[in-house]
Amino acid sequence: MNNPQLSADGELQHLLTLEGLPAEIIGRILDTAVPFVSIAEREVKKVPLLRGKTVFNLFFENSTRTRTTFEIAAKRLSADVINLNIGVSSATKGETLLDTIDNLVAMNADMFIVRHGESGAPHLIAQHLWATQRQHIHVINAGDGRHGHPTQGLLDLFTIRHYKHDFRELTIAIVGDVLHSRVARSLIHGLTTLGTPEVRVIGPQTLLPTAVESLGVHVFHDMRDGLAGCDVVVMLRLQSERMKGALLPSAGEFFKHYGLTVEKLRLAKPDAIVMHPGPMNRGVEIDSAVADGTHSVILPQVTFGIAVRMAVMSILAGSR
Amino acid sequence: MRIEIRGGRLIDPKHGIDRPASVYVAAGKVAAIGDAPSGWHADRVLDATRLVVCPGLIDSSARLREPGFEYKATLESEVAAAIAGGVTSLACPPDTDPPLDEPGLVEMLKHRARSLNQAHVYPIGALTVGLKGEIITEMGELTEAGCIAFSHADAALANTQVLLRALQYAATFGYKVWLRPQDVHLARGGVAHDGEVATRLGLPAIPSFAETIALDAIFELVRATGVQVHLARISSHDGVARVRAAKKAGLPVTCDVAVHHVHLCDVDIGWFNAHCHLVPPLRGTRDRAALRTGLSDGTVDLICSDHTPVDDDAKQLPFAEAEPGATALELLLPLTLKWAREEKLPLTTALARITSDPARVLGLDAGHLAAGADADVCVFDPELHWRVEPDALRSQGKNTPFLGFELPGKVRFTLVGGQLVHES
Repeated sequence: MNNPQLSADGELQHLLTLEGLPAEIIGRILDTAVPFVSIAEREVKKVPLLRGKTVFNLFFENSTRTRTTFEIAAKRLSADVINLNIGVSSATKGETLLDTIDNLVAMNADMFIVRHGESGAPHLIAQHLWATQRQHIHVINAGDGRHGHPTQGLLDLFTIRHYKHDFRELTIAIVGDVLHSRVARSLIHGLTTLGTPEVRVIGPQTLLPTAVESLGVHVFHDMRDGLAGCDVVVMLRLQSERMKGALLPSAGEFFKHYGLTVEKLRLAKPDAIVMHPGPMNRGVEIDSAVADGTHSVILPQVTFGIAVRMAVMSILAGSR
Repeated sequence: MRIEIRGGRLIDPKHGIDRPASVYVAAGKVAAIGDAPSGWHADRVLDATRLVVCPGLIDSSARLREPGFEYKATLESEVAAAIAGGVTSLACPPDTDPPLDEPGLVEMLKHRARSLNQAHVYPIGALTVGLKGEIITEMGELTEAGCIAFSHADAALANTQVLLRALQYAATFGYKVWLRPQDVHLARGGVAHDGEVATRLGLPAIPSFAETIALDAIFELVRATGVQVHLARISSHDGVARVRAAKKAGLPVTCDVAVHHVHLCDVDIGWFNAHCHLVPPLRGTRDRAALRTGLSDGTVDLICSDHTPVDDDAKQLPFAEAEPGATALELLLPLTLKWAREEKLPLTTALARITSDPARVLGLDAGHLAAGADADVCVFDPELHWRVEPDALRSQGKNTPFLGFELPGKVRFTLVGGQLVHES
């Protein structure tokens, strides 16, 4: 079996998942992102690394924020960016996912940034490009179903490294709807690869996947126990539709048990940082006093996100 | 046509035969075994040296896709696949479009199959009209039209009262009912076994207890009605244990496993290989081991192909969206042989699971080769390995997780009703 995202000589060909991605490559992406952070502070925010390249933002599921950050990242690298919001309507038009890809390949695409509601869609595209000998076209997973969101995972790692330096000394808690969260899965893979000794997930049984321990995490149902001694607290977004499927009784009760408040945050280390992938539901998973408080690094995450995405794209563009 | 199958190793599991013997076929029947009948003259001699001669295989679940899904497969293509795989009788589930819920459809299917004059096709009728789970079908009329049992295929039957009524009605007239044990609500939306792999890949999952809860309910209804139930596609360790206990308690139940589940488990999904999107889902290694044990000790009565040809367009989709199922008529024998080798089981035991055992469950006078029996015969080379590739398959469906595998067992001759319908 071929590695789905590395070339035969071990270069990053696509970014599909953080699972199985070597620590050296993760480190290289994070290192590459460092100078890109400062580019954003310059008057001319552009470098020519992707000049002449065409990047397609291929969003089969709506997302303004992630699409925008990819668009900014690509433009700062001087790429031509085309946004396609295919949404749900494409299915009714009868064009299959791979038909869409073939059409865009015919338009000489160099890179696909793919967001899809089904787990594995970016793998399918990468596999198709490989099977049709067009592996020079790169695929970046911008979120697939519940499976992965590797650039989010990388920007989370970048943020943690920025504030906390050594992963090998950290205790990190991920709180909330882990079951449906591709963000949580990607971050867990990244953290375990980089040697984080204690990764915790905190949530009710209804929102934790079966055998989640097999990912290398410790499970806590009581948030207070789980937060004790943490260096980093990552809050997950809780989507309102979770109230419908008998997963939770109400947003209010969820907040009572698993919402992050100033009082609960005191159980973590005094210098703990608080992260959230956004968009936040204030008063559902996080109290405004925490979101806007001194521990919060939620807005720096967004800034770093652009730099990390620039790093991924420039590394991919440099590989064949 | 008088055919002599000369010099092969005859294996007839039903009669416990495994010895070198020639088989003499005349007038559609087995005329003699071992010694030629007096005055024998063959029109055709098939050289079976170093080959195994066994009853034609019986597949208890093969979707031929007619009526309604002719773009996926046709009766012609799939019956050709069957005989190329040594399968001479097959039962087809009712989940066609429209479903097999009225006699006209069943008669048409039987008629089309008969006119091809190749494998025997035995329709399984729909248990409820349109497989909607609301109104029971005219089981009497459907039986007269040729249905050998009734099932709900993979369609949801959420209403336990409807299920009870259907089982009571079937029990009244002695019809067999085939059920795939799966709790409708626990399985809804799921596409993979609820375990580490689904958790890693973020695939909506179906827990093993979706099977055991359904089994417990079915066993209660069997006790209440006395109906004979065949449990289709058992998939879990705990499910096998439940069936073993039910049989021990004397319940009139039988059960089968799909050949894929004998060999694969959820880790074979790898990176979202949609060929491994099957119904029921491939479960864990412990489940696969239990299915194998169940097959060896007879708890699981038989292996079926669960043949489901799917067109490329429906497979080349993200895992959950891809249509479940795999083509398997031509792999039933090779994969059964592979299982037997891995488990170091005698060939007779292995072949029983695809000949005499399914004949018993289906209630067919087939799957054996005594003198006077219908001459449905499979002659294969057990040592020849072949590579599973799209071009090597007659089925219109090329969708199988076994693409690229080297499998043992190549069918050389297939006889149906004494006619040589396949040779290679």
